Amino acid sequence: MSTTTESQIPLTPEQIESFGEELDAIRRRVLADRGERDANYIRKVIRAQRGLEVAGRGLLWAGVFPPAWIAGTTALSLSKILDNMEIGHNVMHGQYDWMNDPALSGKQFEWDNACPADQWRHSHNYMHHTHTNIVGKDRDIGYGVLRMSEDQRWRPYYLGNPVYATLLALFFQYGVALHDLEVERLTTGEAKLADKRKLINGIWKKVRRQTLKDYAIFPALSGPFFLFPLAGNATANLVRNVWSFTIIFCGHFPEGTHEFTEEETENESRGQWYYRQLLGSANLSGSRPFHILAGNLSFQIEHHLFPDLPANRYAEISTEVREICERYGISYNVGPLGKQFGSVVKKICRLALPDRKGRRDGQLPAAEPKGERERVPVAA
Amino acid sequence: MSPTATTTAPPRRRGIPARGLLEAIAGPHGIDRYLEQINPTFVIGECRAAVVAVEHGTRDSVTLALRPNRAWKGLRAGQFVQVSVEIDGVRHSRCYSPASPEDCGRELEITVKRHPDGLVSNFLADHARPGMVLGLSQADRDIHLPEVRPDSILLVGGGSGITPLMGILRTLCAEDYSGQVALIQYAPDPDRAIYREELDRLAAENPNFRLARSYTRAPGTGELDGHFSPAHLPQADPCFSTAETFACGPPALLDAVRGTWANGLEQRLHVESFLPPSLLPVGEPGTGSIRFAGSDLEVENSGASILEQAEQAGVPAQSGCRMGICHTCTCRKLSGTVKNLLTEEVSAAPDEEIQLCISAPLSDLVIDL
Repeated sequence: MSTTTESQIPLTPEQIESFGEELDAIRRRVLADRGERDANYIRKVIRAQRGLEVAGRGLLWAGVFPPAWIAGTTALSLSKILDNMEIGHNVMHGQYDWMNDPALSGKQFEWDNACPADQWRHSHNYMHHTHTNIVGKDRDIGYGVLRMSEDQRWRPYYLGNPVYATLLALFFQYGVALHDLEVERLTTGEAKLADKRKLINGIWKKVRRQTLKDYAIFPALSGPFFLFPLAGNATANLVRNVWSFTIIFCGHFPEGTHEFTEEETENESRGQWYYRQLLGSANLSGSRPFHILAGNLSFQIEHHLFPDLPANRYAEISTEVREICERYGISYNVGPLGKQFGSVVKKICRLALPDRKGRRDGQLPAAEPKGERERVPVAA
Repeated sequence: MSPTATTTAPPRRRGIPARGLLEAIAGPHGIDRYLEQINPTFVIGECRAAVVAVEHGTRDSVTLALRPNRAWKGLRAGQFVQVSVEIDGVRHSRCYSPASPEDCGRELEITVKRHPDGLVSNFLADHARPGMVLGLSQADRDIHLPEVRPDSILLVGGGSGITPLMGILRTLCAEDYSGQVALIQYAPDPDRAIYREELDRLAAENPNFRLARSYTRAPGTGELDGHFSPAHLPQADPCFSTAETFACGPPALLDAVRGTWANGLEQRLHVESFLPPSLLPVGEPGTGSIRFAGSDLEVENSGASILEQAEQAGVPAQSGCRMGICHTCTCRKLSGTVKNLLTEEVSAAPDEEIQLCISAPLSDLVIDL
């Protein structure tokens, strides 16, 4: 099922709390069980990424030969995808902090991406994961440029929604890099450029370093054939951009995922927080290699429930989470990539236009925080 | 350069040309993250050592010969190093005093004594094999042999505290030290006396070295009997009152030694305490103090989360979700015991990362903030 149906099963506040306790129990169990298996897993992925990167760079050095260019570009694309998704994103969540290895420390890790790691940790780990799908607080809703929710008021600017989305997909790493700058708040005057100097410096330094490496130093090493590694590196960056955009947008925006208002989520309990994470996220079904390349964000629901558990655990947790959801009558949004992404594209196009009357999807409130209502409607 | 690289990389070395270019193309991870894929000891910005020999000296200790990589700068006799080992995915560090003499070249030797509940000591005693790679720190402070060798030296060691003293003794023997040196060793019984045979040999070969041992659980078998007492001193070393004294061992031994050297002799006494972290005293929640090392500030522990206490003290702590999910407040705990408020898990490991918003102190703490 990738979309919600019309029937609504109410959950009492007590049910929400026991739902939260069941999820807490999963979390505690995995925490107690973390160990060598997880350490070996992440090290294996890192080893594969380093190998692919060295092979890709090496082949692209000889990129004047077409087979070397194709193989090199493929290897480097895979390397950048692994680096950003299964390694960078997950390590920076602190998923491997317990290993006490400085090379895998979430606070210190830096990734092969234009976005400086410390800015990412703020905009993603804190802003997005704490305030998931709260319109006005979670800046991942549309990244400040797109209209991804009916709760964002329509303006003629949004007619360009599909165009902006395409551009964002192509240049995703730069979109992510500018994320913490809140460009849209700068243009409206809500935020001042002077306060952002430190952020801009950080972005500039990182972008310069990344650009120098991919577009100057490595091409230069090929001498007169510099165009081949240059094109290969650009292609690898592009492939990674489009891939991560696709996976990430499938995590929160397929039909059936919910957005929330700030009022709805005031004074949330832990159970209600879990509940919001669940309603705001969607999973992708697929093979094991697919999940690894998706950084296990294909288990977006499990990731949002437990952002700092090692991602290689999400697959096994997911069967339990699904079973719990079924018992509580909470929808568990999962579908294959084609279907989920198709529905994201549809949403991007639909929201480019003003809302038609009476059509407001995904606007079901989360658990009632203030106890004014006894029973809370939930989509099932 | 990544934060990792800036904090762990040593000053730029000469002899590695084009290091800047290498770092630029190896960015953002740094050259070591690639070198270690070939061989973990090939890293240039971080000390690591390969185990080259393992010797089970006594039934409850193991002696490891280590070959550090080039990043390691060597040590002076008596200094200690931190050795780290990964056990079930988690890196644990412990301090050891290498017993190697100063001119041991590129090898160093550590002796690990099993503690009944010691995670690291038991792991190394059971699992250390030649070829295993361990993390290593640069040698550090505390007791070490002065550059200008004193005329007479007294060494007092208990348990595995003998190891730094062994480093001093071996250095002195190797350089044909002409002064007087004496060693008093405390061990439960002859079987558990670390370096017993080597000490016997050194005593036979060097007329200026006097050796006295007390086997606390086997009276009558050593030159001395019982735990440390001032009465042992004249027996073991006629010139103890003028000797530079180096003592290392468990707290009870060091307390007794300090008491004896209290009357104006303190400046001639150098002690180093070795205590596994699990034995550090744990107080009631809400007791003890928190020291924020970077801010040079100490506060009384109020029992609240460390993040709240840091904020109250005006320490610049980063924070985010305040519920243990975003890891913005993660910080290095240098020493002390904390309780995870979500999992109730208690951790006493030194030098580990903790989430301040969900950790409360259970003992005196030192936080790197």
